Amino acid sequence: MSKTNRHVLPGFSLSLGYTLLYLSLLTMVPLVACFTKAFSLSFDQFWAAVWTPRTIAAYQFSLMVAFVSSIASVVLGFVIAWVLVRYEFPLKRFFDALIDLPFALPTAVAGLVYSGLYVENGWLGQFLVPLGIYGAYSRFAVVLVLTFLGIPFVVRTLEPVLDSLEADKEEAAYLLGANRAQTFWRVIFPTLIPAAITGFALSLARGLGEYGSVVFVSGNMPFRTEIAPVLIVARLEQFAYAEATAIAVVLLIISFAMLVLINLLERWSSRYYG
Amino acid sequence: MRSIALIAVFAAGALALSGCNARQEADGATSQELLNVSYDPTRELWKALNKEFIADYKKQTGVTLDMKQSHAGSSSQARSVIEGLDADVVTLAMPPDTEAIAKAGLIKQGWQERLPNGSLPYSSTIVFVVRKGNPKVVKDWPDLVREDVAVITPSPKTSGNGKLSFLAGWGSIVLRGGSEKDATDYIGKLYQHVPVLDSGARAATTTFAQKKIGDVHLTWENEAFFEVKEAGGELEIVYPQISIRAEPRVAVVDANVDRKKTRAAAEAYLKFLYTPEAQEIIASNYYRPFKPEILHKHSESFQSVELFTIQQIANDWAAAESRFFADGGVFDQIYSAPKQ
Repeated sequence: MSKTNRHVLPGFSLSLGYTLLYLSLLTMVPLVACFTKAFSLSFDQFWAAVWTPRTIAAYQFSLMVAFVSSIASVVLGFVIAWVLVRYEFPLKRFFDALIDLPFALPTAVAGLVYSGLYVENGWLGQFLVPLGIYGAYSRFAVVLVLTFLGIPFVVRTLEPVLDSLEADKEEAAYLLGANRAQTFWRVIFPTLIPAAITGFALSLARGLGEYGSVVFVSGNMPFRTEIAPVLIVARLEQFAYAEATAIAVVLLIISFAMLVLINLLERWSSRYYG
Repeated sequence: MRSIALIAVFAAGALALSGCNARQEADGATSQELLNVSYDPTRELWKALNKEFIADYKKQTGVTLDMKQSHAGSSSQARSVIEGLDADVVTLAMPPDTEAIAKAGLIKQGWQERLPNGSLPYSSTIVFVVRKGNPKVVKDWPDLVREDVAVITPSPKTSGNGKLSFLAGWGSIVLRGGSEKDATDYIGKLYQHVPVLDSGARAATTTFAQKKIGDVHLTWENEAFFEVKEAGGELEIVYPQISIRAEPRVAVVDANVDRKKTRAAAEAYLKFLYTPEAQEIIASNYYRPFKPEILHKHSESFQSVELFTIQQIANDWAAAESRFFADGGVFDQIYSAPKQ
């Protein structure tokens, strides 16, 4: 750092030191420990632990529900964000605060409440189950609860972008002869894409690792509704620490790969649309 | 300049961390703290026992004890102790959990022989809870695999209750003349009647009692009493003709009591469990006391049921664990990949 290089805010070196300490203590050290534990297994043991029909089914299920619920979160979250930014209505602040509830609620509570509502004698289940809609102990149930947890990520990432997107842009588009659909798809939508992708990524990552709520709504049936984190817990119950971390490492790698991919996609889209 | 700040921050962090390591000695104190690490449903039992023991111990030694209890799933409690939770005594649901702590070197080998009755001051078993009036007429194990019956039991992979229920069902076949193949078939059918595999005992109780899913709930005898009492007449207990003897053995955690200098109190605590007064408390909390005369006195609560031990169906708990519940074991074989 040369003497002439002045930062606008003082305390750069202190905050950098803090950031490095924080990252290493809270993120890197646990990650390294996780990998070290998993690689105390030989390659054959590692492979036998992470790659069985049962674990593959669980990875697929975890990925599938996280993906579907993230798409649902983006669609529903967009509508909510739009309404909150563009319209004035009574109790708006209250509804706005409600959005953050899933962040604060212990997820096990969400799981218990959801499964309680959708079982055959629950408030909603008594109407839905006769129609063949099983909102508890099914794959759909997991998507439901993950969407509940994913929506706030999307709303909170889209809101600032929508906020900065002033109505005069739409007016300009309209004056230049665009119809409503054109205005949406060619003016509003492209601006939102990077933020929507971020929201999608956050909710996907959340969905992949979610345990507390899912165990209460999924029914945990092997090969059908068993998520990968349940297998980790099952290994731990056998005191098979290394095997448990091996599965965790696979999940980590999947999540990381997804995040990298999404980051690339986001960069590409902001260059293309932004 | 920057490097100095970096070092300062690291040093501050290191200092904060090392501060956590300071420990207080309990030697020769007139008050001591004991931590009992137990499994989930024993909260009320130990609360009642602790109250009695604190008074007793104060009378005998003048030392005031501060009894702490910790409750969670049995295996996860064992893991906490292995990873450094300062338990003075462990009172876990399944002997393999205590054995795992012994294997980690925290409890001396041969711990089961250090207290009467194989360190087992009380036992319990698995019984059925059914809906009021027993509408599906469930009386014994074979009824569970009847077409119209749905069974609630937690996953044996993640729950001690689930393991015991599985083993009880298995034993009901092989100890009544069935072959191992019959038992495998029965167990396979039984789990097809389980619509929800909850991860823990309490979740399964909620599924059955609150969400009203299923016709039969397989659970600990002591839990069954509480569940039925809570439900206010909506549920009742059915005793199968045969079931497993659950063995929640108790042990002093040697490494911890030696370091904390609490051995005397910890050992007195576990010995106290075998006194008539403690046995009486145990019985009134619906655990089967070890002393036959006290069990007999409470025979109104404890219906007679043929209890088999783990040795009658496997070498020991560890063998049962690895045969039935380990990866690729009998339980895993029930569930196979759906044919596509």
